[in-house]
Amino acid sequence: MTNTEVLIHELVEKHGRTRNALMPVLQGVVTREKFLSEEAMIAIAHELDLSAADVYGTASFYTFLDIKPRGKNIIRVCKTISCHMQGKDAIIKAIEEHLMVKIGETSPNKKFTLLTANCLGWCHKGPVMLINDDVFPSITPEKAIEIIEEFAKKTN
Amino acid sequence: MLKEEIPDKMEQKQLKKIDIIFGWDEKCTPIQVVEKTIKKTPESIILDMIDSGLKGRGGAGFPTGLKWKFARNEESDMKYVICNADEGEPGTFKDREILDKVSEKVFAGMAICGYVIGAREGYIYIRGEYNFMLTTLQKKIDIFNQQLQDLKVDFHVFLRSGSGAYVCGEESALFESMEGKRGEPRNKPPYPTVAGYNNKPTVINNVETLVYTSEICRMGPEQFKALGTNNSRGSKVFSVSGDTPIAGIYELELGMSLKAFVDDFGDGDTKSVQVGGASGYCVPRKKFNETIIGFEGIPTGGSMMIFNSSRSMYNVLHDYLEFFTEESCGQCTPCRIGCQQLLKGIEAVKKGERPPSYLDDLKKLTATMKIAAKCGLGQSVANPFTSIVDNFREEIIY
Repeated sequence: MTNTEVLIHELVEKHGRTRNALMPVLQGVVTREKFLSEEAMIAIAHELDLSAADVYGTASFYTFLDIKPRGKNIIRVCKTISCHMQGKDAIIKAIEEHLMVKIGETSPNKKFTLLTANCLGWCHKGPVMLINDDVFPSITPEKAIEIIEEFAKKTN
Repeated sequence: MLKEEIPDKMEQKQLKKIDIIFGWDEKCTPIQVVEKTIKKTPESIILDMIDSGLKGRGGAGFPTGLKWKFARNEESDMKYVICNADEGEPGTFKDREILDKVSEKVFAGMAICGYVIGAREGYIYIRGEYNFMLTTLQKKIDIFNQQLQDLKVDFHVFLRSGSGAYVCGEESALFESMEGKRGEPRNKPPYPTVAGYNNKPTVINNVETLVYTSEICRMGPEQFKALGTNNSRGSKVFSVSGDTPIAGIYELELGMSLKAFVDDFGDGDTKSVQVGGASGYCVPRKKFNETIIGFEGIPTGGSMMIFNSSRSMYNVLHDYLEFFTEESCGQCTPCRIGCQQLLKGIEAVKKGERPPSYLDDLKKLTATMKIAAKCGLGQSVANPFTSIVDNFREEIIY
């Protein structure tokens, strides 16, 4: 079995072999691998006795269940109104220049993918970004780069 | 009796800060509230909830006591209690704070609801954007579940998370998501109290609503009822953001005028307030006096976004429409196509590719969406659209 298949098997053992377990299983794979490969979705379908199309249908609905290859860290900058008013454009520009990517792209060293997100729920402390599951409210362009650099050091 | 039933339309409250949600009673902790409450009959708890006048705090405002009563009256081998923590409305950030500071009160509300309707399982569905809270929250849930077991209460709280879909805050879409499907809202009826999660009778309440239920059980309905107006009992947690020097979370008595709110929270140059988030209403300065925050005026899930005169209302509306275009689940045509056309439409008017009168055609489109869209997402796009276009037409055109 491949690493992905082992992971999926463990997740299914933990969450159960029912359709209700599909979201937790998909989320578990994304936590580890950052996106759902075709191989992963087919393996999940086998384990849960669903059609692969069903698994793809669910996965492709959710913003956080990526089905495209992603970097080892995913940056999501909030772009909704309050963060817009508090300067998200400057944050995005700084990150784009620092990582030399555009929104939606992955850095050449595969360490980061830059994305935007709809309201992250920190309107009183914008601008805000998520890196993976960690949240960073009240950031400035300089602070954002510092945080990203710390993640870069921790990532092989 | 009759006199009480006539709603007092002119009733208006001063702005008053309240401390029910985040307050902590050492002598009666949440688990002790559960212990005390389950000595009563389910019927008397339902009567207390109805008597308190508590309406859902997520935005829709359905009477909580009635919801519990409907679910209790259903015959079923399995029932569920679900806490909707898929807080996604732009400008809302109160549920995270509640789950962070006083999660035990939420669990207590769920356990009491479980006792009332006859459910053994409760689920908290929290949005994926709050994944950083999961570990801490799970630890607190484990402790609470143990305390319930010690009290011999047959109820267990589970934690589920979303994956970044605003529409999953819609109750039936949330059930679909928990069942491992695309988060597409279902047709109603049947309502959740008849067929919810796994098609079983389900009570789904907002995080804040559940806290109020446990607080009403702790202090009795009288104290809660004494707050607010006839149509809007009690207090409510507001998420205040935008052009304000004191952005943050505040619990306020319901029924205040928007004028009183802006006097306290505005920066002195407030042009408009978006009440109820992207799906709510934009109120311009000239209507602050007559607008009441509550079910008799403009109800809100808590989002209050303040804009001062430096802000372009075109940009605000454009932001909202982009949001809805991206977050529409795409299942029904009025919402999927409608959102896209509204966004393209205001862009075209701004560029002069369409005449200003095209805005009136777009308003007709939102009226159609209000009737024909399947769920609250598509139906409510008309709220921000018409309230911004009607009040700030020049800013949209020029």
